[in-house]
Amino acid sequence: MCLACHGEKGQSATPDTPSLGGQPAPYLLIQIYLFREKQRAAPLMNEMAKGLTDDDLRALSDALAKLPPPQPPADAPDPARMERGRALITRHRCNSCHNLDLSGRENIPRIASQREDYLARTLREYKSNTRHGYDGVMAEVLGPVTDAEIVDLAHFAAHFR
Amino acid sequence: MKPHCQSHRNLLLASAIAGLFLAAPAFSQQQPAAPASAPPAAAAPAALPPGSPLIGRPEGNEAASKLAPVAPPPLPASPDKLPVSKLKLPPGFNIEVYASGIANTRSLRVGTKGTVFVGTRFGNKVTAIVKKDGKTELYTVAQGLYRPNGLAFHNGTLYIAELSQISKIDNVESVLDNPPKPTVIYSDLPKDEAHGWKFIAIGPDNKLYVPVGQPGNNVLHDKDHGQIRRMNLDGTGAEVVVLGMRNTVGFDWNPNTKELYFSDNGRDWMSEDVPQDELNRVTATGQHFGAPYCYQGNIPDPEFGWGRKCSEFVPPVALTGPHSAGLGMRFYTGDMFPKKYKNAIFLARHGSWNRSQKVGGDVMVYVLNKDGTVKSSEVFLTGFLENNGYIGRPVDVEVMADGSMLLSDDWNGAIYRITYGKAKAASK
Repeated sequence: MCLACHGEKGQSATPDTPSLGGQPAPYLLIQIYLFREKQRAAPLMNEMAKGLTDDDLRALSDALAKLPPPQPPADAPDPARMERGRALITRHRCNSCHNLDLSGRENIPRIASQREDYLARTLREYKSNTRHGYDGVMAEVLGPVTDAEIVDLAHFAAHFR
Repeated sequence: MKPHCQSHRNLLLASAIAGLFLAAPAFSQQQPAAPASAPPAAAAPAALPPGSPLIGRPEGNEAASKLAPVAPPPLPASPDKLPVSKLKLPPGFNIEVYASGIANTRSLRVGTKGTVFVGTRFGNKVTAIVKKDGKTELYTVAQGLYRPNGLAFHNGTLYIAELSQISKIDNVESVLDNPPKPTVIYSDLPKDEAHGWKFIAIGPDNKLYVPVGQPGNNVLHDKDHGQIRRMNLDGTGAEVVVLGMRNTVGFDWNPNTKELYFSDNGRDWMSEDVPQDELNRVTATGQHFGAPYCYQGNIPDPEFGWGRKCSEFVPPVALTGPHSAGLGMRFYTGDMFPKKYKNAIFLARHGSWNRSQKVGGDVMVYVLNKDGTVKSSEVFLTGFLENNGYIGRPVDVEVMADGSMLLSDDWNGAIYRITYGKAKAASK
């Protein structure tokens, strides 16, 4: 049911739809909870999560957490953008919460090898606070990050191995 | 709205989950990723945005790098998993589960008819709890709200504080079954996430008190932040009454002197042991309590304290522990507890994240002198901290009409009730 859009092996080939592989279970639990409660507005996911019980949410997030991490895309990354992206990750200290290898932990998601289109959209939504995070941290973190930097950050994290 | 019913399992989903197990390859937990490439020589970390939780964190320190704010689980714990049997109180006191299964229980208020209202910081609902014929009924009195953490109750009206607006529901206890959408009364509030979630209360002057936290760990805030405002109950006439407040999530008035006391969370990333959090006492309008220039009354801030003196500001009446996160507090006005607790302050300490060895996860009592200063402090309830981890986190306390005390626990999504005396009396 989930895998049709999100991919069988944790890797999403569907535009704008995130890969779910290699995500910490607590992070997944929070997101499906936010979808069910409509605190995170995404009509398709709000519909999918409607009526799920608390036990369903736990079972689902535990099951999805077993999916293998996604791989970076086959196309070669743009070296200039990778260089800028690497500098931005350091500058904005993304790797202090998301880990040095961007694999995430607990309630913080894996961003390494996530879909580039999804990452860019997500960063923009957090920056404008149209996507309300569970605890509001990303809205604060993205304050000084420009849209051009978001584009480079998304490219870097998507191609990160 | 009707009381919640047990929802039935989604059988379709159950088979889909089973399918997931069969379809996914038998990989173990994610493979460790290749080490990150060496950081570039030229990139220096930029100034952090004001609201960043990393402001002030020392670079390259292993112990510090492990510390981050703790996020509670989104789902409430099932009743059999609640830690109530591990909570310790002084002799003669009892504790029981009052309500459970409510996500992220935070601020508490009690209506005239005994309805208990609870707000939330990570959810979007305000829940009402009614005890009827030995049963517990839950009602959603408002939903779709944004961080509705703060609640106040006065003359039948429930006041709700979201991140950046205050609204109300009149005669709320009569409309639990079908409550109207709350009416917004005040929205001239900043929208910062950092320290933006609110606790509100109505004072003996019949005014609504609303804090606006400092929008970051340690930042120079503007004239609209770092303060407590008060306003008429219709949202008009707002004025600033307290300055230099960093982040208060609990305050109440001394029943004898009518003075306002508020808990205030100190800054992070200065050190593990200082500054301590504060219990402050307001004796005049417009007093400045120090943030961000001076913390705990006697520590000039290393960044903003230059050219200032701590003596310019009002020091706290008590220090409530380093990073221990004292939140909800009330003066105990009931008659059930022993005399020594009458008009003492009960403070829920949510517990620290900015320390390697956590402190808090308990409830403290501060007994006052007649002149309003603090005479003594002691731990009242303990047990939420186990092996340097949380098995619960207390947020707010509230005194019920019979003198028993409610305690919310946002980690487990539960509310406990504390009584004193024989079990017979406690089960009322």
